[in-house]
Amino acid sequence: MDKVIIDGAIVDNLWRRLEGESLENALPEGKIIVPLAYWQANRDTLIARGEVAVWLAPGEEPRDLEDDLQQLPLIAIHFPAFKDGRGYSYARELRTRYGFKGEIRATGDVLRDQLFYLQRCGFNAFEIRSDRSIEDALAGLKDFTVSYQGDVMDPRPIYRRA
Amino acid sequence: MYVYQEHDQRLLEERVAQYRDQTRRYLAGELSEDEFLALRLQNGLYVQRYAPMMRIAVPYGLLSSAQLRRLAHITRTYDKGFCHVSTRQNIQLNWPALEDVPDILAELAEVQMHGIQTSGNCIRNTTTDELAGVNPKEIEDPRPWCEIIRQWSTFNPEFAYLPRKFKIAVNAVPDEDPAIIGVHDIGVQIVHNDAGETGFEVWAGGGLGRTPMTGAVIGEFVPWQHLLSYLEAILRVYNKYGNRDNKYKARIKILVKALGADKYRELVAEEFAELKDGPMTLTDEEVQRIKQCFTAPAYNSSADNSELEAQLADNKAFNRWYHTNTHAHKEAGYRAVTLTLKKTSRVPGDITHDQLDAVADLADQYSFGEIRNSHQQNMVLADVANSDLFTLWQKLDALGFATPNLGLLTDMVCCPGGDLCALANAKSIPIAESIQHRFSDLDYLHDLGTLDLNISGCMNACGHHHIGHIGILGVDKKGKEFYQITLGGRGDQFTRVGEKLGPSFEADEVTDVIQKIIDLYVEKRHENEPFIDTYERIGMDTFKERIYG
Repeated sequence: MDKVIIDGAIVDNLWRRLEGESLENALPEGKIIVPLAYWQANRDTLIARGEVAVWLAPGEEPRDLEDDLQQLPLIAIHFPAFKDGRGYSYARELRTRYGFKGEIRATGDVLRDQLFYLQRCGFNAFEIRSDRSIEDALAGLKDFTVSYQGDVMDPRPIYRRA
Repeated sequence: MYVYQEHDQRLLEERVAQYRDQTRRYLAGELSEDEFLALRLQNGLYVQRYAPMMRIAVPYGLLSSAQLRRLAHITRTYDKGFCHVSTRQNIQLNWPALEDVPDILAELAEVQMHGIQTSGNCIRNTTTDELAGVNPKEIEDPRPWCEIIRQWSTFNPEFAYLPRKFKIAVNAVPDEDPAIIGVHDIGVQIVHNDAGETGFEVWAGGGLGRTPMTGAVIGEFVPWQHLLSYLEAILRVYNKYGNRDNKYKARIKILVKALGADKYRELVAEEFAELKDGPMTLTDEEVQRIKQCFTAPAYNSSADNSELEAQLADNKAFNRWYHTNTHAHKEAGYRAVTLTLKKTSRVPGDITHDQLDAVADLADQYSFGEIRNSHQQNMVLADVANSDLFTLWQKLDALGFATPNLGLLTDMVCCPGGDLCALANAKSIPIAESIQHRFSDLDYLHDLGTLDLNISGCMNACGHHHIGHIGILGVDKKGKEFYQITLGGRGDQFTRVGEKLGPSFEADEVTDVIQKIIDLYVEKRHENEPFIDTYERIGMDTFKERIYG
């Protein structure tokens, strides 16, 4: 089974992210992450099915899920390219504006050297790009031991910490 | 200046370790070119025409003598013995080896320096008036605010992968714009309200480059406690909605223009409403702590200026230098002194390792051990006693830093251009050199008076050509270098983008065209009328007619 980093540990990936053709036929068994548009079109059926989460592409904002957050155990934010930084703001909004307590998962072009910042913005799960070592990537969560700004883990900037 | 605490130092050391490992993984083939690109840029490393170019951050231009000596050592050890002062008040090395950069960063970290966020699509070095703290016209010292912004922007996790680069400048002088905040992604104007409380007029959406424009006021009075929350709100809107498909349309200026300032203001207000009074709110204690790092040095000058007055009366060259290259100071008995890095035959802004050491010694002897870089690519000793000016002038003259041309035509701002930079369409240094030679006569130069001439080798505008009274831009026409001239730009009392004169010129025509522009000015000017005023009075058409007619 694929692996994923959740809360700082490498564990089995129980969720499958669906896109494109895989949505045209009957949905597979088990935990699935569907695109926002698919969720919006099939909301009631999906809620009845259970074991469903939603992923956001760049340009799709947390606001679009505002009324659904209670239903969702997990929201994935997809990075088609690691340099597209919109997802950092989305994760932050999910945590601080909407108080989302579930899992926020980074998918797509997710690499070791971005993990530290992603984590500070509210991601707690990382599907590392499949051609890279997930063990190696884990080290990226510990690049720094100090930060000037507050973040999702500790909202206090350094001048408000003891 | 800001003194690092244990946590500041630890952060730098962890950054060096991180980058050392990233370089190792790149060289081992574990990181692709594209993945490493984003990482090395945020540590200041470009790969240029002939070699990497490394940009070292100098927060708001301020350096200690120990830092200057370390830069001298680095240029000697890892480069060809010279470096370059940039228009963002930073220092650039032109020939470091990629493999050496982790060692260079480790040496810099020992003196609290780094290359953090000096390039890449992130928040860059915050800049300000090079006379900050001593300028008698400022309403308060802008440096503590710059430092507060520096800490907020350093490794800000949400804004490391913006649509494009992002530059912030702070100005504390009313009715003048020495930090050219009008052409920054965010310009912060320090203001006081009727109750005497500090706040900020916040501009957004200015910039040079391909589509030059001045910014719009987004926040009219942001109380000091909310500075960071407000900046964060502006950045979040930009991060979410800035164009990511076309790098030429990706700066915040394009977004502000497309949405309109009112709509942008509305989006910012929405974000700000949520952040305001939150944990980012600045505390009085923190602002005081930072302000304590920028207190005045132990000034101790005699009120008696008779010796200086005698020296000024006796020595014409000293007198000229004093009036051209030194500035009024907040403290009686002191002047701020600009070291012009613009001597004829010198690449504007370049300085050698032994000169760096010499300037460090002069700073220790005459200016409390501090140096500033200016965005006009000069250096400043900001706290020189009147009684030391004559001796300092002699020493600077021996070093070649006393050319009395500050603010005059040959005090050109010039990017490295096609000789060094991979982005450039044309060379800029030979153009600067040719103009320097044509206008080397000091009496003539002084007669022409204040004149900003700026040269960029491409439309990225590192030489700020749009805001030169005369701007020169290198362009490529079918593989040949041409130069487009603009007139009427301003980066003085206020910021304004210049207008194109007309069709571009070949390299060997440029100096003659500049001469014709100058000749027309001399013919038409009223007594004591500076170039820019004559231009504004007689208009572009008169110049067009003379040049192309």
